[in-house]
Amino acid sequence: MAHAIAAADDHHRTWTGVSNWKLGFWTFIASECLFFGTLISTYMVYKGRAVVGPYPEDIFNILLTTTSTTILLFSSLAMVLALDAVNRARKGLAIFWLGMVMLMGLAFIGIELYEYMHFIHEGLTVTSSTFGSSYYVVTGTHKLHVLVGVIWMGTLAWLIHKDRIPPEKSEQVEVAGLYWHFVDVIWIVIFTLVYLIS
Amino acid sequence: MSTDVTHVDGNPTPAHEEGHDSHPSVAFYVTIGAILAIVTGVEVAIYYMPQFEAVDVPLLVILSTMKILLVMMFFMHLKMDHRALTWIFLSGIALAAFMVSALVVLFHVVPRFDP
Repeated sequence: MAHAIAAADDHHRTWTGVSNWKLGFWTFIASECLFFGTLISTYMVYKGRAVVGPYPEDIFNILLTTTSTTILLFSSLAMVLALDAVNRARKGLAIFWLGMVMLMGLAFIGIELYEYMHFIHEGLTVTSSTFGSSYYVVTGTHKLHVLVGVIWMGTLAWLIHKDRIPPEKSEQVEVAGLYWHFVDVIWIVIFTLVYLIS
Repeated sequence: MSTDVTHVDGNPTPAHEEGHDSHPSVAFYVTIGAILAIVTGVEVAIYYMPQFEAVDVPLLVILSTMKILLVMMFFMHLKMDHRALTWIFLSGIALAAFMVSALVVLFHVVPRFDP
């Protein structure tokens, strides 16, 4: 019996001291860096080469994008506070902060979709120019990642509500947090390269 | 915050074994969030101020790198976590940065590759 318990314990211990789930997720994040790297490369290659308008300087509303960027940055803060609440077994607070992450994620998507509507009205579509194609692909893929994150946070909040994530299983929230912060990091890069550097 | 790290199965592992120190306090996280917001404000100010036009690209790259490092070290807990995780993430970032830089040089600096 003791031998079986020891064997089960060894199964979950790794020689690196890092749990397999966390190690695997960090590897996935590293691969996502390359995925976004290809999309950002495409945008950078075509930057300033569109032959038909509208051009970035004609349509970008930097103050509006700064608002959505700040919202996304604060959602990362809400995410670490949610993890902190789970670790301290404060179920209600954890659900509140995860709800805030979802709310801010949805606000970010809402602002960006409003921006899309404005751009389409101005004549910038996926097929109108190389700028339009590369811009919508980069930012659209990022928005899709934010949406996946929002759904993930909602699932976690539901699981916490059902007492399925006690403090000793907080790694589930930590890994979701890694994903959310990564999405935040990618937006920091996009905001600088696409919006601010003209 | 707990100093012990727990595996998915619920078996606790001592913090030192995972490479953890103690996690920061809530006030510390709020301070990092405020710094990120302030740096974003500075970036936008640089974008609008014509005095910085000649140096805006390096300044914006430095400031955004600073923001990325803050998120990585403290929000993603890389500063407290096992060193191997930092290397895995940095390898992905380095490869992506090399790819973006190489393509930008090929298409914007070397005229032969002009599309």
